[in-house]
Amino acid sequence: MQPSDLPQDVTEANLQASAPLTTQISFNNFNFYYGKYHALKDINLDIYHSHVTAFIGPSGCGKSTLLRTMNRMYDLYPEQRADGNLLLDGENILDKQIDINQLRARVGMVFQKPTPFPMAIYDNIAFGVNLQERLSRSEMDDRVEWALRKAALWDEVKGILKQSGMSLSGGQQQRLCIARGIAVKPEVLLLDEPTSALDPISTMRIEELISELKQDFTIVIVTHNMQQAARISDFTAYMYLGELIEFGVTDQIFIKPQKKATEDYITGRFG
Amino acid sequence: MLTNDHSSKQYDQELEEIRTRVLQMGGLVEQQIHNAITALVDRDYEGMTRVDKDDYRVNAHEVGIDGTCALIIARRQPTAVDLRMLMGISKIVTDLERCGDMAAHIARKSMLIFPQNVGRIPCIADIREIGGLAVGLLRTALNAFARQDAVAAASIVREDLEIDHKFQAITRQLITFMMEDPRLISISFDVLFMAKAIERIGDHSKNIAEQIIYIARGTDVRHVSFDQLEREAKRMDEDQ
Repeated sequence: MQPSDLPQDVTEANLQASAPLTTQISFNNFNFYYGKYHALKDINLDIYHSHVTAFIGPSGCGKSTLLRTMNRMYDLYPEQRADGNLLLDGENILDKQIDINQLRARVGMVFQKPTPFPMAIYDNIAFGVNLQERLSRSEMDDRVEWALRKAALWDEVKGILKQSGMSLSGGQQQRLCIARGIAVKPEVLLLDEPTSALDPISTMRIEELISELKQDFTIVIVTHNMQQAARISDFTAYMYLGELIEFGVTDQIFIKPQKKATEDYITGRFG
Repeated sequence: MLTNDHSSKQYDQELEEIRTRVLQMGGLVEQQIHNAITALVDRDYEGMTRVDKDDYRVNAHEVGIDGTCALIIARRQPTAVDLRMLMGISKIVTDLERCGDMAAHIARKSMLIFPQNVGRIPCIADIREIGGLAVGLLRTALNAFARQDAVAAASIVREDLEIDHKFQAITRQLITFMMEDPRLISISFDVLFMAKAIERIGDHSKNIAEQIIYIARGTDVRHVSFDQLEREAKRMDEDQ
């Protein structure tokens, strides 16, 4: 094929050719309020199944807030509320009838700082699974091994499963949290700056892990590291002051963004 | 367009410096081509030697600018327009260096002609004319680079066609000379090679123009048909 015959947006074409896009989460006219403060303004956005979507933007732009709405983390705080539609597989999860525990099993979350439970590595994984399913001892062993293997941690901890999760290094603790998150077999995994407290080697391992996990899970990641967003995500959303400024294929956003505001931010011409 | 400054002043300075160096290199190449053609027309042997000798300065610019590009990429991990700028510059300096080679090539060919031939050089007026066009085209490309002007760059692609047509006309004339007087075959070939070198300078200016469009607009117009490029240029005109 001659270069002139190629469609203009080759990347997008390739992406779509390799896997047709299925919407997993859909924000429609979505708004979010901290008390009287209007934190997210009229967000319309689709998150695609089996792809990594990154949220970037300056501090306070609402990206973490947007992430937290996807498993209704804000329910813990009565003054916080959302309106509009937020569909997970076509079902509006803002609906009061939704079983929150069920929702959080479907939409797992890993935070910026590793948060292992103060218990054995094995129990860190088994704890959440026990809340959701009744498994025999051997089934649970299999599930723990499966989750730890998926999180690329098994080889490092298989001999020390009875040791406390707190005894692991920061990078290992974060992978343990990811293993814990995927052990209940969620559909979506939310990652809120998962590598910001890690050294470059641990960061690289987590990034590699994200690329592997996206085959089985839909991943949404908030990151301040733009090169990280460029490396690991398929789609990128740029947010500013509670608004979604631009959403598109990552390769496109980092080479030729459509909006000047996005270009200013990713090239460091901001503020 | 690069209107706002980066939060890092040092980064701004690095990008500004590399742009300035490209323009300096371009100015040097433009001068080399001009000097080579003037030396040929004026039969100035010393001028030809100087052009040949000064080619190393153009090469040194290319190596230096490429090295700086790599350094900025490693240090800053540029994105979007900055990334396109550095990728574009790295390609532009290759084209500029080739233009410099063409100037040195014309000078060396002239040096070979003059000790043996003191008679009339066929098509010399045409060579001067096409040479002037090529220098003008390169200057327009460098101005478009300085202003990041995609519309001006698109016009270069059009103007290169004129050089191509002139080159074809020179070729036809030289063939006629050679058929009419076989004693002119050797010198006509030398002139043909020089005309070809000038025609290549036009092509390199066109390549530079394509890179400027990519830097300014993010649209890759290499290898597209002329009609497609015209349409793209019209769209740019409307956008501006």
